[in-house]
Amino acid sequence: MTTVAANGHRTAFVDNDGKPNGHGRMLRKEDPRFVRGRGRYVDDLQLPGMLHLAILRSPLAHARILSVDTTLAEAHPKVRLVVTGAMLAEKGLAWMPTLSNDVQAVLATDKVRFQGQEVAFVVAEDRYAARDALELIDVEYEPLDAVIDVRTALSPEAPVIRDDLEGKADNHVFDWETGDAAATDEVFRRADVVVSQDIVYPRVHPAPMETCGAVADYDAVDGKLTLWSTTQAPHAHRTLYAIVAGLPEHKIRVVSPDIGGGFGNKVPIYPGYVCAIVGSLLTGKPVKWMEDRAENLISTGFARDYIMRGEIAATREGRILAIRTHVLADHGAFNGVAAPVKYPAGFFGVFTGSYDLEAAYCKMTAVYTNKAPGGVAYACSFRITEAVYLVERIVDCLADELRMDPIELRMKNFIRPEQFPYRTKTGWVYDSGNYAPTMELAKQLAGYDELRAEQAEKRARGEIMGIGVSFFTEAVGAGPRKDMDILGLGMADGCELRVHPTGKAVVRLSVQSQGQGHETTFAQIVAEELGIPPQDIEVVHGDTDQTPFGLGTYGSRSTPVSGAAAALVARKVRDKARLIASGMLEVSVADLEWEKGSFTVAGDPNASVSIQDIAMRAHGAGDLPEGVEGGLEAQICYNPENLTYPHGAYICVVDIDPGTAKVTVRRFVAVDDCGTRINPMIIEGQVHGGLTDGVGMALMEMIAFDEDGNCLSGSLMDYLIPTALEVPDWETGFTVTPSPHHPIGAKGVGESATVGSPPAIVNAVVDALSPFGIRHADMPLTPSRVWEAMQGRPLPPI
Amino acid sequence: MQVTMTVNGEEVTREIEGRLLLVHFLRDHLQLTGTHWGCDTSNCGTCVVWLDGEPVKSCTVLAAMAGGHEVRTVEGLEQHGELDPIQRGFMECHGLQCGFCTPGMMMTARALLDRNPDPSDEEIREAISGQICRCTGYATIVRSIRWAAAEQAGTRTTAEEPERTVAPADAPGPAVASASGSAS
Repeated sequence: MTTVAANGHRTAFVDNDGKPNGHGRMLRKEDPRFVRGRGRYVDDLQLPGMLHLAILRSPLAHARILSVDTTLAEAHPKVRLVVTGAMLAEKGLAWMPTLSNDVQAVLATDKVRFQGQEVAFVVAEDRYAARDALELIDVEYEPLDAVIDVRTALSPEAPVIRDDLEGKADNHVFDWETGDAAATDEVFRRADVVVSQDIVYPRVHPAPMETCGAVADYDAVDGKLTLWSTTQAPHAHRTLYAIVAGLPEHKIRVVSPDIGGGFGNKVPIYPGYVCAIVGSLLTGKPVKWMEDRAENLISTGFARDYIMRGEIAATREGRILAIRTHVLADHGAFNGVAAPVKYPAGFFGVFTGSYDLEAAYCKMTAVYTNKAPGGVAYACSFRITEAVYLVERIVDCLADELRMDPIELRMKNFIRPEQFPYRTKTGWVYDSGNYAPTMELAKQLAGYDELRAEQAEKRARGEIMGIGVSFFTEAVGAGPRKDMDILGLGMADGCELRVHPTGKAVVRLSVQSQGQGHETTFAQIVAEELGIPPQDIEVVHGDTDQTPFGLGTYGSRSTPVSGAAAALVARKVRDKARLIASGMLEVSVADLEWEKGSFTVAGDPNASVSIQDIAMRAHGAGDLPEGVEGGLEAQICYNPENLTYPHGAYICVVDIDPGTAKVTVRRFVAVDDCGTRINPMIIEGQVHGGLTDGVGMALMEMIAFDEDGNCLSGSLMDYLIPTALEVPDWETGFTVTPSPHHPIGAKGVGESATVGSPPAIVNAVVDALSPFGIRHADMPLTPSRVWEAMQGRPLPPI
Repeated sequence: MQVTMTVNGEEVTREIEGRLLLVHFLRDHLQLTGTHWGCDTSNCGTCVVWLDGEPVKSCTVLAAMAGGHEVRTVEGLEQHGELDPIQRGFMECHGLQCGFCTPGMMMTARALLDRNPDPSDEEIREAISGQICRCTGYATIVRSIRWAAAEQAGTRTTAEEPERTVAPADAPGPAVASASGSAS
């Protein structure tokens, strides 16, 4: 079922006035502290006696460590501790597991394998002294040839990066395939039209404004370790620390306080966190580690880095029959991908997009290179960003080949509403969707036909204007746990709800906000179900001692998984409240009607008790119905039965300066369908942020390396992020197709725009450049690259 | 060395190293942690404070250079228990998400409105272009600053709604956004 809302945010408008309410616009509960400068970020923490940790990093991409001399650093008057890889090896801590069953060096022992890799650390009395002491450590390296070009990583001459792995004689990580190769080949053989295109999704970086860091505080008396850290998954981290460090899990508390942006960058466990823990264990003091921006850009979780060949088969009339792709994936020096373990390529399998195909096939090979590890960060929904970019680029190539309008071609091939739930040719079951109205609304908001007319006029005058379209279907909200786990931890989420005697409540979540506004949205979810105003509901999150177990916030999974848990735990409390109300009103439960916030006896509107009355009775002195315990609380662990599949239609308008080749995004229309909308203000904000990411990736951002493996993008002067001048005033719209299996019909939205916007922008630039004979151009479309294209020269390879 | 400066109206004196950056002086020595640090190269602007009424990036000013001068930080925006219109605007128009760039953005915005009480969208974007926000996409920051400008000029209308997300004009009514059968 699709409900298309008529100005939904207006009809559902609710202000912060304390009236009983639930879903709808509501100002954020967390903002009063943020606008006063009273956020509580990791680096704000100052503990008595706290020491500061700094990490020495490799200047080389690939080299053997011959010796590490720490004598001078140890002699520095403010230095308390210097630790090398050899010292960690003695304690069995030199290596740690990654989230994808590989191992990564905490501190290098034998070799360094990427520029910026951790080699040693210093703990000193202040942060400046710690940095000073790094200069006093003398490391002797024997440089080795570096493997930088992913295309040659598997050649027999390539040096073996991971000789730490027993028997490893090449740089191969894994092969992965999905779909039916033979059936797809057969469809390609008989198709009227086949279009192929090499497509690169360059390495990019999430670069949250707050870099990664931690404060570790080990109390030797009670044996308890408290770790405040920039993590999107505090519970998963706690369990892994227990496994790696051998500390009992109940003696570890991981706190993720306010986080200054995550975007996937703060999912992995970084060596720095482990170093901070070791530093505190060895000094007996709290130890703070905060990386600088260069460290963040060169050593922490990158994203993308897929080299793809896309092929599409269709009839002459524009019926898409099949898509085939081969991918070469650069995983860096350690396979640090944070994706469900059975999905080494993340959810790339949804590359069939929003179209009803006869066949599809993908073959992927992943390799090691001498670059930083990582791979799924930056709001990508586990590789769906790459998948959507591939399909939306290749569909545009087909439109170009068929001389067909890109919207018309997409509309012709959409999965139809009556086909849902729809099983794709790669096995994904899309829960719900109604694509045509979403595309139509985008077309209408953009004034698409007028734009095409304007473009024709401008072309006649020699001006360069482009219009780009993309349509995406996302797959978000991992689990289900039977299919999805991270290192054996099932991707389910707990939730606890306690209603206090006066009718105020506290809800405890296993997920954690990095700016998404959970303290507001989750209060609204509970408020909608229970009728307690959101202002009366405290949301507790980000502290493993205070919250139930769960896998955390990434891959747009908070609303699909934890949001469902919050709604269901509230319904569980409501069920108990119904029993108590039946006692209070002396009627059977069947005679009670629930109207948000109170139970009323059917046919007797005056006989009514509010949830607040019930809460007091639940804790009060009076009798409760037979078999009902006191208190008003519940807890659950929610295991989603499927992912949720939000979709959206995006249209981008660009102008290109004929003199400088600078691309300006003049307009961007984004119509999103994320099912039930809990807080439209927050949803709009999530979409805006993702669109800006898209402009960055399409036009500006790339983590580049020279042939020796030096990272050329280690500062915000070299790694360009959009400012207010590079992005337009976003134009947004929405449709509502609820998820049939989510208790409130909601789907995730946090990454939709990051996934959907890059192809719209690139398609617009390619459309603008089509008079120059261009059918494809790889990101980032910087002025120099666009200029090359305008001169008819091939773009330099990424 | 010893340094004395006025911070948010209060005179402070501390013993510091000559190389200490103003951002670290504010955060680590005065515990004014609302001013943030986000890059090594003066690109991100999360550290913007006022030095004698002008916005500066406090990662690029030595604490010693601020000696004898007046510094104002985000903690000094609220006056006599009243939030500045800029602070209210950011809350009203969802001008922040993770909150990390927000203090710097608000200090720049306050300075802008002090010299230009009715800036255009372009002037607002220009004013904040030395700062990076990774969450909001800037449109809501622009709205927040315009909200504050209208608020302090007394021209803000209560009917104004900051969001602009629209549904199809020909949509069947009167459905609401939450019409998914959530109540049982």
